[in-house]
Amino acid sequence: MISYLTKRLASLFASLLVASIVIFTVIEVIPGDPAAYMLGMNARADTIAALRSELGLDGGVLERYLAWVGGMLVGDFGTSYTYRTPVADMIADRLWISLPLALYALCLTIVIAIPTGVFAASRRGQAGDYGIVGATQIGVAIPNFWFAMILILIFAIQLRWFSAGGFPGWEKGFWLSVKALTLPAIALALPQAAILTRVMRSSLIEVLGEDFMRTARAKGLTSWQTILHHGLRNALIPVLTIIGLQFAFLLAGGIIIEQVFALPGLGRLVFQSISQRDLIVVESVVMLLVFAVIMTNFLVDLAYAVVDPRLRVAR
Amino acid sequence: MSVLSVEKLSLEVPGKPILSNVSFDVGAGETVAITGETGSGKSMTALAIMRLLPNAVRKTGGSIALAGRCLEDLSEREMCKVRGGRVGMVFQEPMTALNPVKTIGDQVAEAVRIHSGASRTEALNRAREVLNRVGLDETQFPLGRYPHQLSGGQRQRVVIALAIAERPALLIADEPTTALDVTTQAQILELLKGLVDEFGMGLLIVTHDLAVVAEISDKLVVLRSGEVVESGKTGDVLRYQRHPYTRALLEASAHQAHLPEWQASDTEVPLLSVDAVTCAYPVPKTSLFARRDHFTAVDRVTFEIQSGERVGLVGESGCGKSTLTRAILGLEPIQSGSIKIDGQPPHEVRGRVQVVFQDPYGSFNPRHRVSRLITEPFHLLKDPPKGDDRAARISEALTAVGLEPNVADRFIHEFSGGQRQRLAIARALILKPELIVLDEAVSALDVSVRAKILDLLADLSAKYHLAYLFISHDLSVVRSITDRVLVMKSGQIVEAGVTDQVLAEPNHPYTRTLLEAAPVLPDFSSIQEVSNDTKPV
Repeated sequence: MISYLTKRLASLFASLLVASIVIFTVIEVIPGDPAAYMLGMNARADTIAALRSELGLDGGVLERYLAWVGGMLVGDFGTSYTYRTPVADMIADRLWISLPLALYALCLTIVIAIPTGVFAASRRGQAGDYGIVGATQIGVAIPNFWFAMILILIFAIQLRWFSAGGFPGWEKGFWLSVKALTLPAIALALPQAAILTRVMRSSLIEVLGEDFMRTARAKGLTSWQTILHHGLRNALIPVLTIIGLQFAFLLAGGIIIEQVFALPGLGRLVFQSISQRDLIVVESVVMLLVFAVIMTNFLVDLAYAVVDPRLRVAR
Repeated sequence: MSVLSVEKLSLEVPGKPILSNVSFDVGAGETVAITGETGSGKSMTALAIMRLLPNAVRKTGGSIALAGRCLEDLSEREMCKVRGGRVGMVFQEPMTALNPVKTIGDQVAEAVRIHSGASRTEALNRAREVLNRVGLDETQFPLGRYPHQLSGGQRQRVVIALAIAERPALLIADEPTTALDVTTQAQILELLKGLVDEFGMGLLIVTHDLAVVAEISDKLVVLRSGEVVESGKTGDVLRYQRHPYTRALLEASAHQAHLPEWQASDTEVPLLSVDAVTCAYPVPKTSLFARRDHFTAVDRVTFEIQSGERVGLVGESGCGKSTLTRAILGLEPIQSGSIKIDGQPPHEVRGRVQVVFQDPYGSFNPRHRVSRLITEPFHLLKDPPKGDDRAARISEALTAVGLEPNVADRFIHEFSGGQRQRLAIARALILKPELIVLDEAVSALDVSVRAKILDLLADLSAKYHLAYLFISHDLSVVRSITDRVLVMKSGQIVEAGVTDQVLAEPNHPYTRTLLEAAPVLPDFSSIQEVSNDTKPV
């Protein structure tokens, strides 16, 4: 187990290193000089040069890469070209919305998908199963912003249970903020839940045909006990894989939902920074998302080992 | 009163009967065997008793009573108490019959807890006792072991442990030893016998192997297509063979293919020469910084096969015979030594060596037609035959294996196991090879089909002057189809020689162990004569 962990950690750091190099290189080769963009069409060459040096854009490639990575390690992400404020602060503000939103949506996804998937698998080929499979088909097909608009129509405009958008800020009260994130989280979670339900269902159906499930029945377990005590855990590996992918997607891919609900999240930050050539913000946010994805994968790997003892050997 | 009494049991999938009017009894302390070929309904009988039939199968008549109590009258909840409590069941595939993510202790303890409501500690203690009883002692097999850390035989012991944890009145064992090596099979049969004597429980054993039947059972039920053709005391049924089907089964089990005499040719170069071959695998490291260890699967193996010679290779699972086979086919890198086919390395003469695998179901692509499946080896040729020539080769190969040439347009699911194995042989034959490697090629087949395939192989060998390397764990098959035999253990060939000689007078202790462990059908022919003589006319 220790050896498995060390191995996973080593792979985690290697991935981070490679990712940072790739991101830096890509940003480096993108055409367009941020300094020239910031100063406008009529700027003089020496003014641009002065700004370039102020922004730290005039050193060698290796030097700038090391400065960037070194800064990030101590929490210094540099200064935004556009707003002239520390990037770290900008990201932190946005992260306080995007991270809770992603976690909220992920929890909803899991809470909806796992029981539904298990139920569908246990009723395979019966009416309940067909109903659920049909519903997931619709869930996968409809884009989340459409759900978002429907939710706003029903719960914000008609019933007036929630506000149609905006975020009060965590300092205004925990439950108030949770309430503000509820509709966006539901809109994000529904399509994901549809996908995860299908994965849970098919994975469990496969396990239901295994010999050990018959052994469990022969032991005297009822069919539900068999599913819960023996089936579920064996069916969980593909589900965990998808959950890992979904978290990464929810963290970075919430941009449309953030737009619909007017939430100042990470997605909007990236979008704005790209259109303003604020490359240092783009670079940092992308690196942060990569970090989140790699960390998620690491956690998923650990979860695999917890679920399946056969994976606890280092290969 | 008998422990189990099955009365006129009939089952069907809509439109097709599976069992009709099957009746038998199992008494306390008595072992009853159900035998028959694939599709005879023997496993369905076992599942019907447990009320665990697949959804499509319906019971259409008859009754099953356990100690006088009719099982149909029980609610599902009561039936759950019967399963694992009053009736235990052991399955064929020990490798997959246990939950891979739970420890063996938990799995046995679970069987105790759901029936007795014991606390976790009590249940684990009981699990320990039962595991000790089935021969998995504390020091080597702590409760925290997972199934993947055990061998097939050990896993089967765990399955037996959870079936007998509640001391059931009846134990049902569905082909409990079919997937195991002969020596392990002997131990498991011994264990089952011991448990029957100790607990006085009834044992219902389902098996296709008449030698196992003869060894373990008191009574025998012979099934064919869902009907009982004969039943009675095992000794009597096997000795008198009143029903022609029973006789046919016994004859097929003891079948000796008529192998044409092998004439050594005068050529100096052997067809296959394996010289001090070693194959090793890296094993998973125990810690990140440990040196990577290697497991030597094949250890300096040397042997030769002459043109037209039929050689058997026997040994238990894990002895390295599969690795050696793959190396000969050029599919496995070798660490040292050399493999030469007619003086050349195997990957240069692939067309001259072909292979037939064990599983007639898994070794064909289900989406291709027979004509494409059996002509696949043509890829090895620079100038593969086309048009009429190709059709002629296909029909020749199909005819050679006893199939009609017009089956070439069909898909593989339209064929039975035996026919598929014929197709596999046709695929191997189509390039007119000199050596065919048969990897457990008849192990998955019913005895009567097996006998026919062995006859076919003997004929083909004579007709095409084919050499065989016949890998098998079944000594009776090897006896029937080979001239020479190699006995392999732990990667090494421990004994080699003329088949009849080695099997009659084994030199190596391991060969003797194998021979002693293999269950044999008693030779009833002589007994029958004696009984005929003594009968008053």
